[in-house]
Amino acid sequence: MALTKDDLLKAYRLMRTIREFEERVHVEFAAGEIEGFVHLYAGEEACAVGVMLHLTKADRIASTHRGHGHCIAKGVDVPAMMAEIYGRATGSCRGKGGSMHIADLDAGMMGANGIVGGGPPLICGAALAAKVQGTRQVGVAFIGDGASNQGTTFESMNLATVWGLPAIFVAENNGYAEATAADYHIGASSLADRAEGFGMPAATVDGHDFFAVHQAADEAIRRARAGGGPSFIECQVNRYYGHYEGDAQTYRPPGEAEAARANHDCLDMFAGRVTKSAGIEREELDDIDRAVAALIDGSVSSAKADPAPAAADYLTDVYVDY
Amino acid sequence: MARTLTILQAINEALDQEMARDSSVIVMGEDVVGGSGAEGEMDAWGGPLGVTKGLYGKYGDRMLDTPITESAFIGAAVGAAASGLRPVAELMFSDFVGVCFDQIYNQAAKFRYMFGGRAETPVVVRTMYGAGLRAAAQHSQSPYSIFTHVPGLKCVMPVTPYDAKGLLIQAIRDNDPVIFFEHKGLYETEGEVPEQSYSIPFGEANVVREGNDVSIISLGLMVHRSLEAAETLAGEGIQCEVVDLRTTSPLDEDTVLESAENTGRVVVVDEAPPRCSIATDISALIAQHAFDALEAPISLVTAPHTPVPFAGVLEDQYMPDATRIAAAVRSVAGYAP
Ligand SMILES: Cc1ncc(C[n+]2csc(CCOP(=O)(O)OP(=O)(O)O)c2C)c(N)n1
Ligand SMILES: [Mg+2]
Repeated sequence: MALTKDDLLKAYRLMRTIREFEERVHVEFAAGEIEGFVHLYAGEEACAVGVMLHLTKADRIASTHRGHGHCIAKGVDVPAMMAEIYGRATGSCRGKGGSMHIADLDAGMMGANGIVGGGPPLICGAALAAKVQGTRQVGVAFIGDGASNQGTTFESMNLATVWGLPAIFVAENNGYAEATAADYHIGASSLADRAEGFGMPAATVDGHDFFAVHQAADEAIRRARAGGGPSFIECQVNRYYGHYEGDAQTYRPPGEAEAARANHDCLDMFAGRVTKSAGIEREELDDIDRAVAALIDGSVSSAKADPAPAAADYLTDVYVDY
Repeated sequence: MARTLTILQAINEALDQEMARDSSVIVMGEDVVGGSGAEGEMDAWGGPLGVTKGLYGKYGDRMLDTPITESAFIGAAVGAAASGLRPVAELMFSDFVGVCFDQIYNQAAKFRYMFGGRAETPVVVRTMYGAGLRAAAQHSQSPYSIFTHVPGLKCVMPVTPYDAKGLLIQAIRDNDPVIFFEHKGLYETEGEVPEQSYSIPFGEANVVREGNDVSIISLGLMVHRSLEAAETLAGEGIQCEVVDLRTTSPLDEDTVLESAENTGRVVVVDEAPPRCSIATDISALIAQHAFDALEAPISLVTAPHTPVPFAGVLEDQYMPDATRIAAAVRSVAGYAP
C-alpha cells in the first residue's frame, strides 16, 4: 500500500496522540490522580500504528494489558479512554473496566486484557467469523514477548493455520515480560522461527520504524484478506517506562530506556524521514503536536470533571440482581 | 521470641525456614526472583509485591523464574511434587487459574485417590485474591469456593501474620496439594510472630472474638471487617462471636456448629459472589445440623453476583464492609418470628 501524504500525517498524529496520552497518564498517575494498575505503551507506538493503518473499523483486534496505544490507533474515542482510566461514568466502559479493560466493539477493538494470552484465541474467533461470513475482514492479535510463551498463544497459532484463518499475530518484543528478560524466557532462537514452525509466514522488523512495521503488516494483511491464512510479525521495540506505573526497574541496565529514546524513538525517526523525503514540513508536524496536546489536555480536564458512575450501577449489565 | 511482622514478612520467613530445613523445597513463579536474563539486578522483584525477595540470595537455583506459561509451570510443580520435591508455585493472581486449572483440578487434586492412595502430591500453590485495589475484573476475584469444591485440594486463607507463617509451614509439609490464598489487601497487616518454626494444623477455625448474641462466620479479609463491625455493635449492646474459618478445606464444622448453637443467630460474611459459595455452604451446614438452635434465619453478607468493577465508587459498593455486616447483625439480632 503506497502511503499518501494524508496517510503519513495520520500516522504521525496517531503516534503522537499515543505518546502524549501515555506521558500524561504517567504524570497523572504519579500525582495520585489515577488508581489501579496502569501499563504504558510509550516507545512502542509505531507497532500499533504501522498495523492499524491497514485496518478498517470492521477489522478486529485484541490487545493486552498494555493496551492504550492499540485502542487509540484503532480509533477508540480518546476522551472516553481517559475517562475510563479515571473511572468515570463517561468512560469507554462506564468506569467498570479501567485501564486494563478498555474496549470498543464498535471500533473493532475487542479489549485490552488482564490475562496474558487472553487475546489470541479471541482473534481466532473474530477471524473465523470473517471467514465464515466471507467479509474479507481480518483479526489481529497483539501479544508481548512474554505472552508469546503462553499456551493459549501456541494453541491459537496452530488453530489459525489448521483452519487457514485471516489472523495476524503481532508480537511486540520489548525485551521484557515484567522483570524477566526475553533472552531468558524464550527458548527459541527467534519468535519468527518459532512461528514458522506453526506453518505460517513470519517476519521480524524494527518496531521503532513505522515504515518497516507498515510494510510487514501490508504483506500479512493482504495475504489474510486474499484467503492466504495467518501470519506472524515480530516487532523489536523498547518500553520507555516500567512494566507498570510504580516499577523501580532495577533489572534494567541504567540508561537503557533513555538510550532508546535518544537513538531509536519512533516519532523522531518518522519525522526525520518524512521531512526529508515525503514533502512534509516540520511546521505541519508541529501543528499536529499542538492539536494533540490540546486533545489530551482536554481529555484530562474533562475526565477530572466528569461524574463518577452512580453507586447503584454496580448492579447493572448483569442478568440477575442478587 | 516473637516480633511484630507483616503478613508479607511472615510468608517470606516461612518460605525461608522451610527452604533452609528441607532442600526438596523449591519456589517457582513469574518474577519470584526477577531480573533473570536481564543486565540489571537479580532479585529485582521477589514477586510483584516483594513477598519472596531475598530468598534468591540464599537459595539460588532453588528459586525459579518462569516464563508466562502457567499451565506448564503449575503442572511442573505438580509433577515435581509427585516425584520427590516440595514445590511452592506462585500463581501471581488467583484470577489467572483460568489458564492452568486442569493441572490443579484434574491432575494434582486427583492423584492420591485415583491412584488408590499410592501417590502423594505435596505441592503448594500460593496465590493472591481479593478486591479493594482498583485492580478490576480480572485481578480482584475471590475464587476460593471453586477450589474448595474440588475433592483432593486443601484451601487455606490466613488473615494474621501468625497464621500466615504457621499455615504456610503446614502447607509445605503437608502431603496433599494446598492452595494458599493471600489477600492482596492484607500483606501489610501486622502482628506478633514467633521467630522459631511452628505449624498450625488445617481444619481448625479460630474464634477471634467471643460473644453470645450473634455469630459472624467469616473468612479472609472479611474477618477483619467482621471484627470492626463487632466492635461497633458491642457499643450498642450486641455481643458478636466472630469465627475465622482459616481453612475452607478441610472445614472445621464443629467450631462453626458450636458457635451457631451458642448464639442461635448467624451472619455469614464472604467477599465472593453469593451463589455456590462458602457462604451458602456454611449456611447449609448450619441449617442441616443446628436447625433446632436457630432463633433467626441465617443472613448472608456477600459480594453481588457480578464481576468486580473498576471505579472506586463501584468497587466500594461491591465489597461487603463493616456497615453492611453490622446492619445484617442488627436485623438478625432483632429478629422475632
Ligand atoms: C495469565 C497471566 N499470567 C500472568 C500475568 C501477569 N502479567 C501481566 S503483564 C505480564 C508480562 C507480560 O509481558 P509481555 O507479554 O512481554 O508484555 P509487556 O508487558 O512487555 O508489554 C505478566 C506476567 C497475567 N496478567 N496473566
Ligand atoms: Mg514484553
